[in-house]
Amino acid sequence: MRETAGERWGRRIVLTLLTLFVVVPLYVMVTSAAKPLQDVQNGFTWWPSRPTLQPFIDMWSTVPLARYLVNSLVVSSIAAICSVAVAIFAAFAVSRYRFRGRGVFSVTVLSTQMFPGILFLLPLFLIYVNLGNATGIELYASRTGLIITYLTFSLPFSIWMLVGYFDSIPRGLDEAAQVDGAGPLRTLFQVILPAAVPGVVAVTVYAFMTAWGEVLFASVMTDEGSRTLAVGLQGYSTQFNVYWNQIMAASLVVSIPVVVGFLALQRYFVAGLTAGAVK
Amino acid sequence: MATSTTAPDADRREPRAGSPARGPVRRPRGPRRSLLPYLLLAPAVVLELAIHVIPMVVGVWMSLLELTQFHIRDWSTAPFIGLENYRATLDLNSAAGKELLHSFWVTLAYSLLSVGFAWLLGISAAVVLQKPFRGRAILRALFLTPYALPVYAAVITWSFLLQRDTGLVNHVLVDQLGLLNDRPFWLIGDNSFWSLLVVSVWRNWPFAFLCLMAGLQNVPGELYEAAAIDGAGFWRRLRSVTLPMLRPVNLVLLLVLFLWTFNDFNTPFVLFGGSAPEQADLISIHIYRSSFKTWDFGSGSAMSVALLLFLLVVSAAYLLITNRRRDDHA
Repeated sequence: MRETAGERWGRRIVLTLLTLFVVVPLYVMVTSAAKPLQDVQNGFTWWPSRPTLQPFIDMWSTVPLARYLVNSLVVSSIAAICSVAVAIFAAFAVSRYRFRGRGVFSVTVLSTQMFPGILFLLPLFLIYVNLGNATGIELYASRTGLIITYLTFSLPFSIWMLVGYFDSIPRGLDEAAQVDGAGPLRTLFQVILPAAVPGVVAVTVYAFMTAWGEVLFASVMTDEGSRTLAVGLQGYSTQFNVYWNQIMAASLVVSIPVVVGFLALQRYFVAGLTAGAVK
Repeated sequence: MATSTTAPDADRREPRAGSPARGPVRRPRGPRRSLLPYLLLAPAVVLELAIHVIPMVVGVWMSLLELTQFHIRDWSTAPFIGLENYRATLDLNSAAGKELLHSFWVTLAYSLLSVGFAWLLGISAAVVLQKPFRGRAILRALFLTPYALPVYAAVITWSFLLQRDTGLVNHVLVDQLGLLNDRPFWLIGDNSFWSLLVVSVWRNWPFAFLCLMAGLQNVPGELYEAAAIDGAGFWRRLRSVTLPMLRPVNLVLLLVLFLWTFNDFNTPFVLFGGSAPEQADLISIHIYRSSFKTWDFGSGSAMSVALLLFLLVVSAAYLLITNRRRDDHA
């Protein structure tokens, strides 16, 4: 199929505009992270007057960034791993068994994803606080509380995507394994999971990103000790000075791992979405 | 669940180890089989119940209590007041009701515009990147980056761009292009709505792009070849092949995007530093602020439940209408 000149120019214009829209904020983030403080306090400049890596050093002492980073890392990693483990079993059940309540389960789980977060926030806040007072189990202002909360946030989409992946694995493989004497769990671990590794990895990264970027619950459910990056990063704007160069440096540092992970696995997300949408 | 791997012949392999092989082979497997899927689902169900379903039920209960700051420490003492919270917050003649209605309209406009633009940018990018060319993979990765960024990092960067005196936007508009004489404020006043919209589109359109790109991979190339042989131009192919083939993706995508933006809390919370100007007072922020400012969780819950009911009705109506249309086409 030949491309007409009009189509070619149309494509170039669309791509140029979209690229500009996407790149300009990213460019500002990267260049401003290398600016001395006076550059970001006066008028905007496209290029640092004197490029420096000082913001990347100062950002650790202006706010306790290391603590926020550790909190975010711990919370997001554990939440992601637990979420995927739970999702694998659930997706296996939905993909390979016909049982009563299967449809209800799928619909309920997906629809909780769509409900306003604010609706859970107030009751969950009170439940965590009261549970802590009554039993001593500290969920409010603790990393455990955040982990449990976050792992349910990524669960619906993880299950949905894994069901798509599992469905695309031919049942003939299961049956062959069963003929060889494998029970359901061995079939899952030795046949289905090895064939679905890209999907499982993609879902893990998705679950990690969800926890890494969550703001609403982090702003209510944490205290100074358990604060995550989502809230901690706002600490750079003090009343006297807004350290925009350090904010940009910190934003860059906390973005790189998730952006790299997401982009490296993007084609598996596309595959997972396709698999889910085909049904 | 241990299984015997040493069983020498097919007959003995059928029953699993641990269940004594007696009677017909199929029998003992029956009950186990039917229980297994529920066991596999149990962790997911328990978690969903604990973090979503039970709090939701509690939230409905809270909305019927006078759960103000006096009762928040020990909420068993909060008096039951029936629908009083709903009457107070949804009464359009009261100040609180007027504010809520205003917030509702702002949110509705924000969601519709944000979804529309995100979809438009997403479909444009997906269509122009459909055919391979040099640099396509790089552009695709670049376009997905705003969505991959943690939301706070993305929104903080935008709030820097939109600063009145030190931001890029005013530098370009006022200093470099000279389009405006005064430096406008972008994060307070009327402009704040449009700022919020641009940031939201910037952040959400890659998701639309990702879904539409996935959808386009399912469109068989022969359809385009057939259309080209029939002499169909670009717009004709878009209208007669691409869009109809993307219909199932679009149905889900538009609803999901709408619900996300309607419930959006993160973007305004980070962009405006916790206190959104009234022109950009999205409903989640509105409920959050009125709950934690006055510690009146009862009326906060009432507003949340009302929001949920509204979204349920909208989603149900949307699904009904689109399903009926699909049946007509079929």
